Amino acid sequence: MSRTVYDLIGLAAGIAFILALKGLSHPKTARRGNLIGAFGAGLATLVVFFYSNENSSLPLNNLGWILGAIAVGLVIGVPAARKVQMTQMPQLVALFNGVGGGAAALVAIVEYLNLGDKASTAVVVFTVFTVIVGCVSFSGSIITFMKLQELMTTRPVVFPAGRFVIAATLASVLGVGGWVVNSLGTTPLLILAGLSLLFGILFVLPVGGADVPIVISLLNAFTGLTVAASGYVLDSTLLIIAGTLVGASGTILTRLMAEAMGRSLFGTLFGAFTAKPQDVAAAGEERPVRSGSPDDVAILLNYARRVVIVPGFGLAVAQAQHTVRELADLMISKGIDVAYGIHPVAGRMPGHMNVLLAEANVPYDQLQEMDEVNPTFGQTDVAIVIGANDVVNPAAQTSPGCPIYGMPILEVNHASNIIFLKRSMRPGFAGIENELLYDPKTMLLFGDAKASLTKVVSALKAL
Amino acid sequence: MEPMAIVSIFVLSVFVGFEVVSKVSSTLHTPLMSGANAIHGVILVGAIIVADHSKTNLELGLSIAAIILATINMVGGFVVTDRMLEMFKGNKK
Repeated sequence: MSRTVYDLIGLAAGIAFILALKGLSHPKTARRGNLIGAFGAGLATLVVFFYSNENSSLPLNNLGWILGAIAVGLVIGVPAARKVQMTQMPQLVALFNGVGGGAAALVAIVEYLNLGDKASTAVVVFTVFTVIVGCVSFSGSIITFMKLQELMTTRPVVFPAGRFVIAATLASVLGVGGWVVNSLGTTPLLILAGLSLLFGILFVLPVGGADVPIVISLLNAFTGLTVAASGYVLDSTLLIIAGTLVGASGTILTRLMAEAMGRSLFGTLFGAFTAKPQDVAAAGEERPVRSGSPDDVAILLNYARRVVIVPGFGLAVAQAQHTVRELADLMISKGIDVAYGIHPVAGRMPGHMNVLLAEANVPYDQLQEMDEVNPTFGQTDVAIVIGANDVVNPAAQTSPGCPIYGMPILEVNHASNIIFLKRSMRPGFAGIENELLYDPKTMLLFGDAKASLTKVVSALKAL
Repeated sequence: MEPMAIVSIFVLSVFVGFEVVSKVSSTLHTPLMSGANAIHGVILVGAIIVADHSKTNLELGLSIAAIILATINMVGGFVVTDRMLEMFKGNKK
């Protein structure tokens, strides 16, 4: 295959990626967009096997190894993607992003070893960039994975003089990077990789659990840029286009996600260092809460005119989306006005609740976004909060200095009655106490969300 | 490749990337992130190219690792995105 044909097919794949991103931006075309992207990626991979130039002949060297490695990747990647629970998808995306960054860093290292003294300064600079950012993306993504999987604490990890350690690590990464550019060698490059991995860990550790999706998106954009840089090293227009597209759209997406959570990107990344110690007014102190039975809840609902359901991560964990729909349908049949109040970042990823409720065939017009539902809480008789916490925590509006301060919330505190379905008094993902739980108009129903809802449904049917 | 050509490709791709996602609703943030994530799995192409170039066992070993990781990124990414979007189909009335 000639270089021209090869490049034309690469261009076609690039266009497929643009159409994919465009498609993914609209609900109706999203699935098709994803398939177009997969087609482009498959096409680009296929043609590499048929392209040769003066440096390489067909079939490719090490063909058996290449095909074997792809097979191994398929055996690992496909079942992981097919079997993962909806609740665990964010961490899987983080992991996939991390391995992509790792792959880009490895590609740059191999090409560097291969070129040896023949590498031009520009190629070395781009190699250094790829290794640094690829390694940061790899180790950073592993940390986000561990936070989301709760293999480690979800709270910001801050250690004494943390910011100086991070700054010093960054300075040494850049210093070693300069060393590699000046005095080519394998050892400096490996030191650079090690330091970059360390920096990635330090960079993500101080980020609080609730902000992790923003960081995943940022690291995703980083990986895109490393792919673009390795495209320069390998003289591949396609990699430059694809990587840059992801880098640019990922940056915008990161900003949009941060906006949806009312956070500045800077605050997300460095908030843990600047935040004042939290006022823990009632820490450790036993305070009275009002807990009720499923019958109490059913009675409250039976005489309500308007009910707003606020779903959160607990709903996803309990897989209670079908039961909640059953409850909503039952209330609607009793003439009660029912709506779902959807916080943009409820759950562990933006749009998580929409996906979950769509699975249970909840009619789209019952899902109300935050701006739409907030003014109606004043006329709402009962707000049912199912496994959500941080997204309804009034502390976000009232206590400056708390980690979620400034995040827009669903103002359930304006409803006449609030019912919390919770498993325990444990605070939410951000690790902040919620004053609303102690409010006199709040009733708590402890237990697994699905079990509790089932009981409420049968109690309501009996009324 | 001409440096200027590369700069042009880069800058134009940045603008296209900005434009195509500038008006996405928060519902689609996660699938979009996941789809973009799968797209950068195309680094698989780069991994195959360096595996072809590899002359030493070290180079070959590293590029095989890169191919495995990139395949997981690309294929897993598209499959998981499709699964997320599959959930949305109930919305259409």
